[in-house]
Amino acid sequence: MLASNQGHNNMPHQDQSCLSIDAFSLAYAGKQALHELTLEIPRHRVTAFIGPSGCGKSTLLRAINRLHDLNDETSHQGRIMVEGIDIHSPDIDVSELRRRIGMVFQTPNPFPMSIYENVAFGLRLQGRTAKRKRDDIIEWALTSAALWDEVKDRLHQSAWQLSGGQQQRLVIARTLAVQPEILLLDEPASALDPVSTLKIEELICNLKSQLTLVLVTHNMQQAARVSDFTAFLSQGELIEYGPTDQLFTNPRLRHTENYITGRIN
Amino acid sequence: MTRIWPWLCAASVALSLFMLGLLLALLLTRGLGHFWPSTLEVATLDSGELIAGEAVRETALPQRDGKERLYFTANRDIDGARWRWVAIDSIASRQTPTKLLRLQRGPWGDFIGYLSAYEDGQQRLEGEAAWQALATALAAPANTRPPATLVLETADGQLIRQALADIHRAQRPNAMHPGEKLRYWAHGVWQFLSEGPRAANTGGGVWPAIFGTVLMVIVMSVIVMPFGVLAAIYLNEIAHQGRLTRLVRIGVRNLAGVPSIVYGVFGLGVFVYGIGSSVDQWFFEDTLPSPTFGTGGLLWASLTLALLTLPVVIVATEEGLARIPDSQREGAVALGATRLETLTRIVLPMAMPAMLTAVILAVARAAGEVAPLMLVGVAKLAPQMPLDGDFPYLHLERKFMHLGYHLFDTAFHGDDVQAAIPLVYATALLLVTIVLVLNLTAIFLRHYLRRQRGQPC
Repeated sequence: MLASNQGHNNMPHQDQSCLSIDAFSLAYAGKQALHELTLEIPRHRVTAFIGPSGCGKSTLLRAINRLHDLNDETSHQGRIMVEGIDIHSPDIDVSELRRRIGMVFQTPNPFPMSIYENVAFGLRLQGRTAKRKRDDIIEWALTSAALWDEVKDRLHQSAWQLSGGQQQRLVIARTLAVQPEILLLDEPASALDPVSTLKIEELICNLKSQLTLVLVTHNMQQAARVSDFTAFLSQGELIEYGPTDQLFTNPRLRHTENYITGRIN
Repeated sequence: MTRIWPWLCAASVALSLFMLGLLLALLLTRGLGHFWPSTLEVATLDSGELIAGEAVRETALPQRDGKERLYFTANRDIDGARWRWVAIDSIASRQTPTKLLRLQRGPWGDFIGYLSAYEDGQQRLEGEAAWQALATALAAPANTRPPATLVLETADGQLIRQALADIHRAQRPNAMHPGEKLRYWAHGVWQFLSEGPRAANTGGGVWPAIFGTVLMVIVMSVIVMPFGVLAAIYLNEIAHQGRLTRLVRIGVRNLAGVPSIVYGVFGLGVFVYGIGSSVDQWFFEDTLPSPTFGTGGLLWASLTLALLTLPVVIVATEEGLARIPDSQREGAVALGATRLETLTRIVLPMAMPAMLTAVILAVARAAGEVAPLMLVGVAKLAPQMPLDGDFPYLHLERKFMHLGYHLFDTAFHGDDVQAAIPLVYATALLLVTIVLVLNLTAIFLRHYLRRQRGQPC
């Protein structure tokens, strides 16, 4: 199959690109998971990865954060560039890279500590911050994640007492607190109820002005609602990539159309 | 058929609980009952002979109809025996005289009879005055008692003289009302817990053994925890999860099944004779040939038990680590935490309850082990405590006493096994209690840690 993003005329221009993936392949335990993916992800936009289960969209997202380093059975080829720097180059500081690229997972994973300490976790890793300043950052992060009003009176209670939706927004706040440039969201709302999902979607739209977002989702409507660009992946290959409205209303390929309309999964 | 299943399961649970309850009830009644001042009686036989003592139990006569009763008659120095079986139909009458006295003495064990006089050099007191003087003298600390002599009379009229210095306690149980008995009982329990053993472990208290057991368990935990936790972290967090790791894991689990006496032999060979004698040659040459570390001691016993409980600690900690969802590790890593930071800030705090579970299991295992200790450092009677006021305070090379071994020794190595049985029960009860207390401490700590994090308990 052919990565066919040339057909659309309003694709992100090279200059607007924040993250560029260049012929990136990844194999896990000898099994090829991603096949030479190439795409440019634009700055301050929401890009959605859609595709059937096991198509590699989460794998790609995790590769951007170098989470595959945790598993020693993976190997990769090609490049992923963040602001022009190859994330796999040997002189890069992986911790610093991961701070710049925040990641939110499918199931909310607040740490077993207070709400305050959850948000402060990333800050504490970076060394000492004056308490005054830290408090300000925490308030800002929780406000940005639309959670401040709900938790401001119980910052020192356990984060595990929050509801699922609140936990997910707390995780987003925790990530925002270290001021990342890119936020990767791996099906952030799939474990949540409709109201919480709506809140997360609103949040994604609001965060666009601050950073670049990449969203993996199973939910077509969600991708259509919140994303500016959509990439359709299938079996580890990029099938089609373009502006969301174009891809959903006028897909170039039959394969994409079939998936979007629900004829294959 | 399907209906019987839940009943079968419930029945096995009920049976286990019943057995456990039975065990505890037995230990409680026999162990604590030993300190109760039980009624003494004087039985007059058909032959006219008088027997004073405590009725212990009755059994059927072997040859003919009827029963016989076992009396604890004490007075070994007079009769040569402490126990007497009497056929019940040969007993003409039984009385419980209030003046009947029971003394706990040093050399010959208990005395049962009457106090006829109290002599302290200047005066000779008789009757009730003598009893008052004896009670006053015994209430004072042992080293401030006057040098007095008691004149004692057995039920059948023999007189003996006994130095006050040999007397530990005196009671007239028939004259006591329940409140006094309770106070006497509580005092007896307290003496059992707080005093050293007497008369070759057949009497007195078990304080050195309690102290030795607890200290040994603590030293063992201090040794085993770092090793076990580090090994578990390596196996679960760092090692490549391949065939070799699996093999190591199986090996560790199987180590838990090695009989404990084998660890004792290992400890004796490697720690005591191997390392211990080398240490002696290097650092304690001036005291040779009498060994310092080249013989069993607290350190070697703790090390041996640490080795014994290591697999338990590794397995329990590893299970705790494996229960922590990867999403927690990934969450930390995604925020820019290094592997070490993830480990120290997320994984280890979350695994803390599991580590406490590991301590609980290790303590439970170690506190009950006797066999390996007999090879590497436990003593029938330790002259000095392993922890005292002399520098360096903790004497790791000293031999120590242990409740489990004390129990074994009391049960089998005394000159009067029958008399030692209640003490065996009391010691066993104490051992169970200590393990329970140590475990409950860890359980409450674990509960507290979980509550603090808002984890389900």
